[in-house]
Amino acid sequence: MQKIFNLACGSFYALGAYVGVSAVQAFTAAGGPPWLFVVPLVVAGLGVGVVGVVVERGLLRYVYERDETFQLLLTFALVLMLEDVIRMVWGTSPRSTSGLYLAYGQVRLLGATVPVYNLIVVAASLVIALSIGWLLTRTAFGRIMRATADNRQMAEALGVDLRRVYARVFTLGTALGTLGGALVIPATAAMSEMGIELIVEAFAVVVIGGLGSMRGAFVGALVVGILRAVAISVFPEIEMLLIYLIVIAVLVLRPHGLFGAVPA
Amino acid sequence: MRRLVGPGLALAAILLVPLVAPPYQTLLMLPFMAYAVILLGLNLLFGYTGLLSFGHALFIGIGAYTGAFLTSRFGLRSLEAILVMSAALGALVAAPVAALCVRYVKIYFGMLTLAFGMVFYTFVLKFYRLTGGDEGMPFLRPLLLGRDLSAMPKTEYLVGPYYYYCVAVLVIATLCMWRIVHSPFGLCLRTIRDNPLKAAALGISVPRYRWCAFMISAVYAAVGGALLGPPTGNVDPTLAYWTHSGNIVFMTLLGGFTHFFGPLLGAFVFIYLQDLVMSVVPYWRLIFGALLAVIVIFAPGGLMGLLASRRRERATLASGA
Repeated sequence: MQKIFNLACGSFYALGAYVGVSAVQAFTAAGGPPWLFVVPLVVAGLGVGVVGVVVERGLLRYVYERDETFQLLLTFALVLMLEDVIRMVWGTSPRSTSGLYLAYGQVRLLGATVPVYNLIVVAASLVIALSIGWLLTRTAFGRIMRATADNRQMAEALGVDLRRVYARVFTLGTALGTLGGALVIPATAAMSEMGIELIVEAFAVVVIGGLGSMRGAFVGALVVGILRAVAISVFPEIEMLLIYLIVIAVLVLRPHGLFGAVPA
Repeated sequence: MRRLVGPGLALAAILLVPLVAPPYQTLLMLPFMAYAVILLGLNLLFGYTGLLSFGHALFIGIGAYTGAFLTSRFGLRSLEAILVMSAALGALVAAPVAALCVRYVKIYFGMLTLAFGMVFYTFVLKFYRLTGGDEGMPFLRPLLLGRDLSAMPKTEYLVGPYYYYCVAVLVIATLCMWRIVHSPFGLCLRTIRDNPLKAAALGISVPRYRWCAFMISAVYAAVGGALLGPPTGNVDPTLAYWTHSGNIVFMTLLGGFTHFFGPLLGAFVFIYLQDLVMSVVPYWRLIFGALLAVIVIFAPGGLMGLLASRRRERATLASGA
């Protein structure tokens, strides 16, 4: 939306994951019932989104007028900083919420055994996607956001407070990233490298779907997720390779992605 | 003649380092010289042509792995042959990559180069039998000008013959790049950076010039990558990872991409500062990330930019007095 390619979104994701783990551990240590562990997870995930405000006000706002190259480099600086912040706070060994993954039991679905938690995450991501769609297309704030993305000067001339819009959009994006990180944690473990690794995957998703297109991002995520799953079972060696090759094919054939708008 | 003073003094200092500095400091100069070669190439693309590559680690990886393959699999140990082969392979890979990438500019160019870099990284990582996966491959001690120096103790070899070999490569690379940048070709690249439409209107084939600049910078990166191997004696996939590409862009920006020697200064400061910071705290990324943010926001011209503006201030003061 802001036409900023944020290399640090992976780091926000990792940050959300770590804070999520800590929150859940504190929750169980305080004697909270295991079946409620999603609550601290979600609260933590959204709560860390506050760093978005800090980053946007403290750093990014200085470079909106500059070349995109500098914006890219600034987010790279964030990647470096956040990685070490995570190491300083949580150390280098992986953290996990052991045992809670199966707290909701499992169900048999179409012949496969699926942990209920996976279904919760799927449902949550659908809800989030739908509410973002609603926010963008049906609310005044969404219209302002899209207008700003379309033509910044015009939006400003019409009385839009750009600073507030940018701060909100960036915080929203950050909160979604940290929430995603928190939600994925019960199924895996939090590692300090996860942010750097996620960014290339997120990048693949966004490129395949098209920059600045929410629908595209959703479809891109599906494509990447399914491809990875298929490739892991068929040819494990080329799993990630396949994704990058598709990214390159998309960039070459349809540089604006499957759903991206072609700028005039 | 005056503009030769700085580089001349720097070269003299580089030549004197092994004689006066302790071996540890001298060893740090080896990656500096390898990165200097890489950055000369990267800056032809970034500083002079205006294309920011976030995937140059690809070519560093190609150079390093070429050396590792030749020395440990094929028994070819001559460093001259390794450098030539690295350059050739770098160019071979770069030709199609560049042809696709130069169709885009700005952020799309950066993203596409990043994607290509990651293709190579995953390839190296996953094809364990061929490349040793994440353990990497040994880079055996190469022959210098046909002389076998394997009897020498490692440190002595690195701070002695190998050091001066790197200096020679760096000097040749610098002179070539100086010629390229100050040729009509270099002038065309700058025109393309500043105003691609005007350049096209003047009859410059913009894609072809961008392609050439990309090729040259890839060859430089491959040669520099090959030089990175012998000091550690091992190459591993992190050389090709995207954060490595980010680091070399960081060095360029730190020194100042608007100046011919800026990236070299950047590499020097980066390597010694990293060593210094890491000896005090393990969190060099935090400090370097903050440093990068400060440079991007307050001093996009880098260290060279700061020096130049101070010199300008002094000049205006002098003329006023």
